[in-house]
Amino acid sequence: MKNLKIIYTLFTCLIMLSCSDDFVNVDSEDTNSENFFNTEKDYQDALVAAYDYLQTTSKFVQYAEIASDNTLCGGESATDSPYIQQIDDMIHSAVGQSDGGLRTMWQWMYEAVNRCNYIMEFQDKLEEFPSKTSVLAQTRFLRAFYYFQLVKWWGDVPLAIDKRIQFGDQFNIDRTPKAEVYALIESDLIFAANNLSYVQTQTGRITKGAAEALLGKVYLYQDKFPESATVLEKLINEGPHRLLTRVEYPDMFERYNENNMESVFEIQYSDVDGGSFDCFQCLEGNYAAYFNGPRGFVDSTGKFDTGYSFNVITQEVVDAFEPGDLRYETSILDMEQYIADNPGSSWDPTQGYEQTGYFNRKIMARKGDLNIGDAALTNPDNYRAIRFADVLLMAAEALNRGGISDARAQDYLNDVRFRAMLPDVATSGSNLTSDIWKERRVELVGEGHRFFDLVRTGRAAQEIDGFQAGKHELFPIPIEEIILTGNRWDNNPGY
Amino acid sequence: MFFVEVKISNYTISILSFIKIKNKQMKGLLSTLLIVIGISLVNAQELTINGNVQDSDRMPIPGANIIVKNTTKGAITDFDGNFTLNDVPNGSRLVFSYIGYITKEIVVTSNDNVQVTLMPDLAMLDEVVIIGYGTQTKKEITGAVSVVSSETIEKLKPTRIEQALQGQVAGVNITTNSGSPGGGSTISIRGVSTNGDSRPLILVDGNVVEDLSVVNPNDIESMNILKDATAGIYGVRAANGVILITTKTGRKEMPLTVQYSAYTGFQQTTRKMPVLNATEYALIVNEAFANGGSTPPFTNVSELGVGTDWQDEVFQTAQIQNHNISFKGGKEKSSYSYSGSFLTQDGIVGGNKSNFTRFTNSASYNLDFLENFKFKSGLTLTRTNRKSLPENNLGSVLFNALNMAPNLSVRDENGNFSLADGLGGEVINPIAQMANTYNRSKIMKLNGFGGLAYNFLDHFTAEANIQFNYAEVNNFSFSPTDFYGVGKVQNTLRSVVFEGFDIYRDYTFDAFINYENTFNDTHKLNVLLGTSVFKTTGVLSGKTGADIIDNNIVNASIDMASDVRDIYAERGSNPKFDGRLLSYFARVQYDYKGKYLLSAVVRRDGSTRFGPGNKFGYFPSGSIGWIASDEDFLSDNNFFDLLKVRASYGILGNDRIPDYRFVSLLNGEGTYFFGGNDLEDQYFGVASGPIANPLIKWEKQKTLDIGLDMRILNNKVDITTDYFKRRTEDLLVSPQVSGLLGTGASPIVNAGVVENTGMEFAIGYSDNINDNFKFNIKYNVTAIKNEVVSVSGEGEFLEGGSFGISQPAISRMEAGFPMGYFIGYQTDGIFQNQSEIDNSAVGDVIPQPGDFKFVDQNGDGVIDLEDRVDLGNPLPVATMGLNLSFDYKKWDFAAYAFASLGNEIVRNYERNQALVNKPISYLDRWTGSGTSNTSPRVSTGATSNTVFSDFYLEDGSFVRLQNVQLGYTFSNDTEDSKIDKFRIYISGSNLVTLTKYSGYDPTAGTGAPIGGGIDQGFYPSARTFLLGVNVKF
Repeated sequence: MKNLKIIYTLFTCLIMLSCSDDFVNVDSEDTNSENFFNTEKDYQDALVAAYDYLQTTSKFVQYAEIASDNTLCGGESATDSPYIQQIDDMIHSAVGQSDGGLRTMWQWMYEAVNRCNYIMEFQDKLEEFPSKTSVLAQTRFLRAFYYFQLVKWWGDVPLAIDKRIQFGDQFNIDRTPKAEVYALIESDLIFAANNLSYVQTQTGRITKGAAEALLGKVYLYQDKFPESATVLEKLINEGPHRLLTRVEYPDMFERYNENNMESVFEIQYSDVDGGSFDCFQCLEGNYAAYFNGPRGFVDSTGKFDTGYSFNVITQEVVDAFEPGDLRYETSILDMEQYIADNPGSSWDPTQGYEQTGYFNRKIMARKGDLNIGDAALTNPDNYRAIRFADVLLMAAEALNRGGISDARAQDYLNDVRFRAMLPDVATSGSNLTSDIWKERRVELVGEGHRFFDLVRTGRAAQEIDGFQAGKHELFPIPIEEIILTGNRWDNNPGY
Repeated sequence: MFFVEVKISNYTISILSFIKIKNKQMKGLLSTLLIVIGISLVNAQELTINGNVQDSDRMPIPGANIIVKNTTKGAITDFDGNFTLNDVPNGSRLVFSYIGYITKEIVVTSNDNVQVTLMPDLAMLDEVVIIGYGTQTKKEITGAVSVVSSETIEKLKPTRIEQALQGQVAGVNITTNSGSPGGGSTISIRGVSTNGDSRPLILVDGNVVEDLSVVNPNDIESMNILKDATAGIYGVRAANGVILITTKTGRKEMPLTVQYSAYTGFQQTTRKMPVLNATEYALIVNEAFANGGSTPPFTNVSELGVGTDWQDEVFQTAQIQNHNISFKGGKEKSSYSYSGSFLTQDGIVGGNKSNFTRFTNSASYNLDFLENFKFKSGLTLTRTNRKSLPENNLGSVLFNALNMAPNLSVRDENGNFSLADGLGGEVINPIAQMANTYNRSKIMKLNGFGGLAYNFLDHFTAEANIQFNYAEVNNFSFSPTDFYGVGKVQNTLRSVVFEGFDIYRDYTFDAFINYENTFNDTHKLNVLLGTSVFKTTGVLSGKTGADIIDNNIVNASIDMASDVRDIYAERGSNPKFDGRLLSYFARVQYDYKGKYLLSAVVRRDGSTRFGPGNKFGYFPSGSIGWIASDEDFLSDNNFFDLLKVRASYGILGNDRIPDYRFVSLLNGEGTYFFGGNDLEDQYFGVASGPIANPLIKWEKQKTLDIGLDMRILNNKVDITTDYFKRRTEDLLVSPQVSGLLGTGASPIVNAGVVENTGMEFAIGYSDNINDNFKFNIKYNVTAIKNEVVSVSGEGEFLEGGSFGISQPAISRMEAGFPMGYFIGYQTDGIFQNQSEIDNSAVGDVIPQPGDFKFVDQNGDGVIDLEDRVDLGNPLPVATMGLNLSFDYKKWDFAAYAFASLGNEIVRNYERNQALVNKPISYLDRWTGSGTSNTSPRVSTGATSNTVFSDFYLEDGSFVRLQNVQLGYTFSNDTEDSKIDKFRIYISGSNLVTLTKYSGYDPTAGTGAPIGGGIDQGFYPSARTFLLGVNVKF
């Protein structure tokens, strides 16, 4: 019996020495996402993260330009980034678009949408706080902006409203008809336009003007001309924006001229953080700036950096500029001319693929930034996502195509032409439509608008080599995305 | 560790009669003994025994154990091998044991002095093997356990202990991640079972160790590798096998022994890759430009000569030096040891720029408070300092040495490093790169253990142990401003310094009770109940700063930098971690007459890595053994000294995933700029991090092992063979998931099944031909078949591994294929003319004569991604090792080789740019119809020759003569000499490698389950020549 006692005592000790199961219940020092949104700052912080994905859209801008007849893919070789080489050649398919291609872009936009919906999901957790309306208005603008990318590129897309898509949900969510997606975009933008002011205390914040301009664009994409004209003219008449003057124009895309009066909506980039190819969505810099630059470029003036020779401009675009167009030199870097004008400069066309000798000067790396590694990914050059010139040309198009007022359409078009030191046009009807479209191409070359302008106006098949009507208006949903949601979705027509 | 020895003795006593039964002499003895027992039952007279224990060379054995069988009474021999035992019942059996010697029993019937001679145990069947919370003799073990002894480690002179496992142990495969000093290795035991972390659990004196670079190989007494379900006693994390490392310590009644060993030597590269010289280079570049329709750049080919051999510039002979000193000893009730070591090793690339230096200080102290209450302790302080250069990536030093143009010199006429203009964004002057690289990682680590053991009621032992690790890691890097050429990614316009300081802490607390008894001399029972607690915590910190004064390393510190940024605090991200495990375990070991062995384990583990409801897992395992050679029908047969059949089956767990993946945490990245794009305009937002899966639970591995152990020809031949099948289910994988879930890291899910099936065979032959000549030869071979049975869903696969620039991933984990197989195009020769092209399927880039013809696998007339097929995989079909050693008089010789067969390597160290240098294989390129059907034309124009195809895949099989060592021992003939032993030796490592692989080192690899076996210019393992001494005082 004594022995048993000792054994009991020892076992008791053993159990006491050990721990209860609670020992393995430990909470992370990081906040559980369900327990957030307790202060105004929480909402503001979540909003910052929703803004963050604006920066990823530089890929959309670059790829859309390459898809159009404005530029060729270029790059290092024929096998450099095959997914975008294929898009350039209109031979892309649902296969081979992961790791940097369409699949990455799809994923980025849903991350962005989820970040917006995270705020919306918890919008009433804190009932009242001073900036609530503003936070929600900015959030809804961002959600609209991201869904607009999705609907432009893929048409019918899964639509989550005010709720994050969480693990497990991916098997139960179907593609929503494009019209419903547009309906959400419109209501979000109307809310944003109604609840934001034209001038924000901080540059980079969404303004009423940005919301109106985007709303006008969204209407135009749906051929809702009267609605588009109304909201755009309201912005033209009531908003604070104007075209830069002829004197100011050549500096439009320089770093020292960011968030200028013509810039209605601008995506902010910075060079203060480093970055790597491992995480493009983590970048604070505009990777496209370096990628668009000439390979092996030595600029004796010290203005331009070298680059990766992607997104090279075609001769056709060069020829589209009328003689005397102020915008040509600002838009296109003609290497032969530049080297002739700046002795000591050189570049090496043999280092790149399908080089034309013309580069996209608007979005191209300048020297003078901090160049924190990887220097190719950390350029601080902002992207002017919607310029007032775009607003004027959209308004002109809506007024003209909606049969509302060719006179006002002419006025807006000629404002843009006047600034470019070009003579007025006096056409009307469909000729005026053509003139507006022609002007859009040269005014906005390199800024990523051309492809979707051609698609929405039905001109893509005639302008883009290899473009098949009925197929290439939309991009394929990457095959992995169809498989990983349970093989329930049909791909877009033709893919 | 002393109480372990006591337990050893306990074991020894209780099983002894079974073991020795087959031995003729012992059989005789046993029958005598049985008679004596009979007598002793009626005769209870008490004796006092004095005696002496010596070895076969008539040298006294101090510290030998003497136990009166079936009692706790015992003694230990003193320095002169003498002992005294009082009050011994007449007719008692005395059991004499000492590690490495055959245990002997005698029956005492008088007060006479006894003189016992212990014979060395060649078979080492009584060798004690640590099996987790206890020990067993080799004979009793029913699991697949391999042992690497200190002798092996001594012979191999590894700088890291992984090297002592390579080729030594069947079923263990080592992939050297880098040959650079301090570079790591990947250990896999019995194949790769997961696409995640497949490292085994490594315990040093019970202490969890993740980074083996801090362990001094000289301190290791033995390494035991548990390969099958018997590792289940470690349930949690045992799925990938367990390596138990025991360090050296003193022994009771041991005179102070001082040992000093040292070696010094030099290292050099095993290989330089043949690349074009300047003239050949210029001719081929010119041809490529001409083929691409551009103007050939070199007009002065004849003046170029051989140019610069960049590999000669980069490689150097590097020194290595190691010193060890140890003190060991023991008194009647205590033992102690101290060891100190110093290792410094320069790199064959970069010399001091890739130096690794390690200091270790280790002490242990064991004390018996009472006969049955014992204490053990140990403490180790380690400091390491590792400098490193960029390796195995696009832009690493060796990658640059291979691709740098040979017509360029190291320095230009002004003495500045020459620029690598025109060679692509990543290729730069490797000499300039080394000069500007300042990376340093310093580790200060303190670890130790303490334990108490209490024996009571004859058969019970209670034990409590605590082990802890504390490490401080200082990381430092400095990138001075520099310019390597136009558009180089390495160009820095602003100097940056980084200083990181990380603290890692963990402890393991184990407590258990063991009951051990033998009933009727036939039923031996051992029951263990215990608990184990593990907790690891840490804090990470780091700061970056810019604009270092004068761009000079001496000013490179955060204190003197501008724009200092804290990489954690600023973003509000959490730099702390806290992971815990809680386990209870029970084990029953039973044997009947030492012939029929049985062991069963059940363990309950809880981990913080799983969510509520899934935290705990139960892991049962069991094993059986049958010592057939002890059966009557075999015991008379002299052929088998040992014939053991064993089998084990069990379910093991794995929780090697990151913390908190069951809950969605706000640790994602979300940064934006308002009001400008400067530092003060940066806003750090809050976003979700990795995608959460609340349902994750323990990964389970079902492991079957059937083994056979055999000793024949008087224990001279030792054979072990095993068949195993490991089926890992509920695999913790991080699968691809729908993009709808965003960009957070893929969730961890329990999905997928991986099977590793294999055979291991090991044979050893050792013999003492005569007093002057002894030899030992050992061979082992392992064959493993790996198959991914499923991934997560139908048709799903996981990708990894990059090739070239922006090409699709080339490695996959996919059902029906081996883990990490390579997917790419199969070539079918080279298009010799246009008509062949016109009649073949082609892809996006239209080929020209001289380009590869790819096989249109699906016959759709187009070459596209759908035509890629399984080209091979990085997993060896078989690995083997061969060890040979002999002693002749005072000479000793050892040689060791290992081989790997059937693994493939992807050659990915060529930068496909017009002006980079190329391997000499380009001299055999296609230059016109009929000139080559294997090596394509060169061209700067558009070709598909650079996409991943079987052209870039090579057989990575190899045989390497890893070590040859010759030593001479100066004997000590004079009794009063201060030096007991003095040995000098020369040793050569990595002497010869036979392989068809054209890269630097076929043994190298990242070890990544998906994406392993891709060579971007691995830092090769050095060939090393050493001169060393061992001195024993």
